[in-house]
Amino acid sequence: MDIKIALVGNPNTGKSTLFNRLTGLNQKIGNFPGITVDKKTGFTKLSDGKEVEIIDLPGTYSLYPKSKDESIVFQVLADRENSSYPDVIILIVDASNLKRNMLLFSQVADLGIPMVLALNMTDLSDKQGIYIHVNKLAERLGVQVIPISARNNIGIDKLKQAVANTNKIATQVGAVDVNFLAPEAIKELKEKINSENDYYTLQVLHQHEHLTFFSEQDQSEIEQIEQKHHFESAKVQAAETIARYKHLSTILADVVIDKGTAQKFSFSDRLDAILTHKVWGFAIFLLILFVIFNAIFAWSSYPMEWIEGTFGWITTMGHQYLPSGMLSDLILDGVVAGLGGIFVFIPQIAILFAFISILEDTGYMSRVTFMMDKIMSKVGLNGKSVVPMIGGLACAVPSIMAARNIENWKDRMITIMVTPLISCSARLPVYILLISIIIPSKTIFGIISLQGLALMVMYLVSFVAAIIVAWVMKIIIKTKEKSYFIMELPIYRMPRWKNVLFTMYEKSKTFVFEAGKVIIAISIILWVLASFGPGNRFENIDQKYASALADTSKNTDHIKTLVATEKLENSYVGILGHFIEPAIRPLGYDWKIGIGLITSFAAREAFVGTMATIYSVDGGDADSATIRQRMEASVNSKNGLPVYTFATGISLMLFYAFAMQCMSTVAIVYRETKGWKWPAIQLGYMTAMAYVAALIAYQLLK
Amino acid sequence: MKLSHLKVGETGTIIAFTDLEMSVKLMEMGCLPGETVEVERFAPFGDPMAIRVAGYQLCLRKSEAEVIIIQ
Repeated sequence: MDIKIALVGNPNTGKSTLFNRLTGLNQKIGNFPGITVDKKTGFTKLSDGKEVEIIDLPGTYSLYPKSKDESIVFQVLADRENSSYPDVIILIVDASNLKRNMLLFSQVADLGIPMVLALNMTDLSDKQGIYIHVNKLAERLGVQVIPISARNNIGIDKLKQAVANTNKIATQVGAVDVNFLAPEAIKELKEKINSENDYYTLQVLHQHEHLTFFSEQDQSEIEQIEQKHHFESAKVQAAETIARYKHLSTILADVVIDKGTAQKFSFSDRLDAILTHKVWGFAIFLLILFVIFNAIFAWSSYPMEWIEGTFGWITTMGHQYLPSGMLSDLILDGVVAGLGGIFVFIPQIAILFAFISILEDTGYMSRVTFMMDKIMSKVGLNGKSVVPMIGGLACAVPSIMAARNIENWKDRMITIMVTPLISCSARLPVYILLISIIIPSKTIFGIISLQGLALMVMYLVSFVAAIIVAWVMKIIIKTKEKSYFIMELPIYRMPRWKNVLFTMYEKSKTFVFEAGKVIIAISIILWVLASFGPGNRFENIDQKYASALADTSKNTDHIKTLVATEKLENSYVGILGHFIEPAIRPLGYDWKIGIGLITSFAAREAFVGTMATIYSVDGGDADSATIRQRMEASVNSKNGLPVYTFATGISLMLFYAFAMQCMSTVAIVYRETKGWKWPAIQLGYMTAMAYVAALIAYQLLK
Repeated sequence: MKLSHLKVGETGTIIAFTDLEMSVKLMEMGCLPGETVEVERFAPFGDPMAIRVAGYQLCLRKSEAEVIIIQ
């Protein structure tokens, strides 16, 4: 790689659009240590053939971070040894709001790294009657200034050319001499860290706690310098910000000529009057949520069925044509089934992110935050948590990915932690099966179906649980991050359809490659547990039925089902089911349900299929009537009483409502939080909650 | 007078802040002493609020608007 470039800019300036323009699909996603935002790097070639690596840094209004994610910007720019340390910075600003955007420019410029200024949205500022003297600006700043429109692909080549032309030595005119802010402390620290740069030194005084390249010894020495000279971080920051704006006023004085401010927001204002209206605002928001929910719940079912069908077909074909044996079984029932389990999520992920990217792009998402903040912040959630939580009704996996849009770390964590409690579509077949067994199919007052009512209660329970857990976590989770709600409401714009497609592609790809690894691993483990038993139990079963199966004059389907039932009972999963029976007996379950609980970890709806196998239903999970009959008829082997009483049914439904029985969710939480800590906490608290709720319900009702 | 006390459509000029740390964040977002602010609207539940400042629309909670002293 010949040159490294860092993209720096405020949020809502079109930074990501520029990044996509510069790199196309040639991107890769990695990690910054310690935070949850992705590290996006991309590659491109300049006109002179030089290869460049571009890193997209999190959007920020200033080098002083409001959140963990923003702190990455200075961490990268401060550390020459950092693998992402840039040779050139492209600082992108919104030309229609130049002054506020230039604060970040003036801070970054003073760090003394070569830079180019990209004036974005010039098309928009032209329309608004804002004229910018580009040459005058470039002259005063001492850097190349390139007007671009990332959205309309204007000026991108010129920007690349400018990067190629950039000097190895920074040319920018020093913006503000910060030495007056803390002269003694800066002087002393400069000598200690061997720096020539006053502003860099000042930033180190402010932010050294975030900088990992200083040793503990260094840290305590810096701390001493701060104390010795009574360095008051907030006071100095305030004075610096005022000084910078003063300086910017003189620089921009006759550079920006604004002719039509009065007119420019009228359209956005009129839209806001409706979209954030007390009645209409909520009505429209509910309608949008309903469309999103319907899309991921109903529309996605067609491609999902198609994906499931394809993988099912591959498995059947494989079993037919591959030589039978353990390796074929592993590949087909372990790996192919696991892959199917991953790809089946793509329609939901793609559709949800199509909507989210449209809502973000148009500026509507900020209004959602604005409208919902008051209620959501009471329980520790964010206005933006509404979308993941409604999405959770269909599937927690894309919804947890959608929590990425929440800027505040704590709000995002709580949203991720409670989203799997929302009753997802995989729980529906389990609820329907159990409700049909324990709730009589009657109506009250002539119209209300008892079974329908029971189902609705299960959905309500899930929402109430999510809200209570969120509220508890708000109290428990400690964060040093102060919560601000000082946020820009960008003007409404048309979505960029290319961006929408790009987001759909990128999110699906991320899921397949990042969460996929974990899902494949778990699905292979589950396959091994279900397909093997200790000793020669499986061979004995095969021998027992060998003669019956060999009799071709009779239909052998039922014999095959019996073999499957016995094998499942004697597999490691079956043994595990027996093993956990003492623990789940107080909940009203027998070992057969225990097996169901274990296999459900692949996906909750697997419970139905497992019951079909255990109760030897020939038609498998498709024959729900027979499954129901067999379950209703089943009796406890110890006391001869029916297993599926009202108490057991309620207990089991509550268990499914609260337990984290979904390996894909575990995998995506691992990927989104970049570690095993949060998925472990989630698995722990949800299992505990499920167990306790089921225990109380069974003991009270039995 | 505090910014949080203004009604929709009213304007004021920022003169000072009562919270130092919050003032830094507000100033970074363009709320500088001397700037004119106009209250654009309140969220349906009365909080947060949207104001026009430095040529764009900013939203903030009332608790945050409380630290801004205006004239």
